[in-house]
Amino acid sequence: MPTKIEKDEISGQHTTGHEWDGIRELNTPMPRWWLYIFYACIAFSVVWWVLYPAWPLPGGFTSGVLGYSTRGEHIASLAAQQTARASQAVGLGDASPEEIESDPARLELAVAIGKSAFALNCAQCHGSGAQGFAGFPNLNDDVWLWGGTHQAIITTLQHGVRWTADPDTRISQMPAFGADAVLTPAQISDVADYVMSLRGTVGDADAMARGMAVFTENCVACHLEGGIGNTEVGAPRLASAVHLYGGERTDVIAQVTRPRHGVMPAWSSRLDPITIKSLAVYVHSLGGGQ
Amino acid sequence: MFQHHARIERNSILLLVLTLVVVSIGGLVQILPLFFLESTIEKVEGIRPYTPLELVGRNIYIREGCYNCHSQQIRPFRDEAERYGHYSLAAESMYDHPFQWGSKRTGPDLARVGNRYSDDWHIAHLTNPRSVVPDSIMPSYPWLATTVIDGSDLAEHLRTLRVVGVPYTDDAIANATADFVAQANPDGTAPGLLARYPKANVRNFSGDVGKVTELTALIAYLQVLGTMVNFSTFDEHANQR
Repeated sequence: MPTKIEKDEISGQHTTGHEWDGIRELNTPMPRWWLYIFYACIAFSVVWWVLYPAWPLPGGFTSGVLGYSTRGEHIASLAAQQTARASQAVGLGDASPEEIESDPARLELAVAIGKSAFALNCAQCHGSGAQGFAGFPNLNDDVWLWGGTHQAIITTLQHGVRWTADPDTRISQMPAFGADAVLTPAQISDVADYVMSLRGTVGDADAMARGMAVFTENCVACHLEGGIGNTEVGAPRLASAVHLYGGERTDVIAQVTRPRHGVMPAWSSRLDPITIKSLAVYVHSLGGGQ
Repeated sequence: MFQHHARIERNSILLLVLTLVVVSIGGLVQILPLFFLESTIEKVEGIRPYTPLELVGRNIYIREGCYNCHSQQIRPFRDEAERYGHYSLAAESMYDHPFQWGSKRTGPDLARVGNRYSDDWHIAHLTNPRSVVPDSIMPSYPWLATTVIDGSDLAEHLRTLRVVGVPYTDDAIANATADFVAQANPDGTAPGLLARYPKANVRNFSGDVGKVTELTALIAYLQVLGTMVNFSTFDEHANQR
């Protein structure tokens, strides 16, 4: 391999001195523009190291003279958002839900806030149109488990339902009349006939009469006379076409035998008071508010 | 000096050795300090190793490939904080082997899904996501509710994790299977479960009677995600990075 470096006459560049089978290679230097950008990048990185967090060190890192941090920027952006929200939610903080509802401008604002918070936090269980799913209540109708007044909705939102992490949560538990053998299967069948009759499905008259006696003894305390329900204890209205766990006779029997109980998280630790109030106004405005 | 590179280029062994030296310097500078950097993992209160039941749920999470669509890493962005809650801390995945940060965000981030939905919702959603989220594209996982786990190998599992640094005590390893059963049975006795795993959720997560299914374990895992850190004692400003 000859190492003779010579000048190429056509390009004016020197060769590398290599030669393979008569083929030689030009030793063309890097283009100037490329080199300058390369050097500028190195200089830029040095400036960056000085300004921003860069190098890990034992026991810490170089924090940079600007004092920038991703988390710090994040905290500032959240604070700015809080300020912006506070300036927009004028008149919602001190007003009662009823006052908000009677003022079209504030109502529009509260419903907008509530609708947005609903889509983010509530729609997963109650549906994007608040229509509910089997086991998750519909919020459009006027059937309420725990009350449909503004204050009742706010309390439910704040403390949840059977949400044991919150000491003020709404709690009630229907006994497992079948599973714990409080009632015999025959009695449960009778009481199911009675409950169905409350909904207009007339069955065997004797069974309904026996079922009414069972109902009076075991169910009236919570579901009240005639099965009208009691929002104080979250006992659903039975004389109703709206059913959380199904409206068939077999569904009634299943619920009496081994009741299911809905659980709703408490939101006071996640949502601020204005958002909760706006959510209550929004849900109340869906049609079933009391 | 720049003329001498020809000498290196012509000697492949020398080139190899010098390349290794340069790459090693780059690697050491970037990687080595992380092992001594005490500020990487924030000092927070509340993080405990997973209970055996949660651990089984976590294994199911990995087995079913949940991480392919769900990340567990809330980034410090305002939109993510608004939707999911506080940004994730390094401390929150310090007992995860391997961590489940993920990168594909097809579904929502799950880093703080714990205590966000009721157990009933998880049962309905895992069995058939469309039953509660009509436009969901998540697959259904109906077999979770019918597959029973006995948990007999959990002591070995905990011991293995201890090797890689999860602080399971001898007590925890000895009681692994008992704790596994006890956490899903609110009526049973769970001596020491809450001492070994403070603030663990003890309840019947999926309505199983007399058995523990994969659904129970997975819900137990999902319900604890992101709930351990006590943020009331977390100093935002001291932990800025």
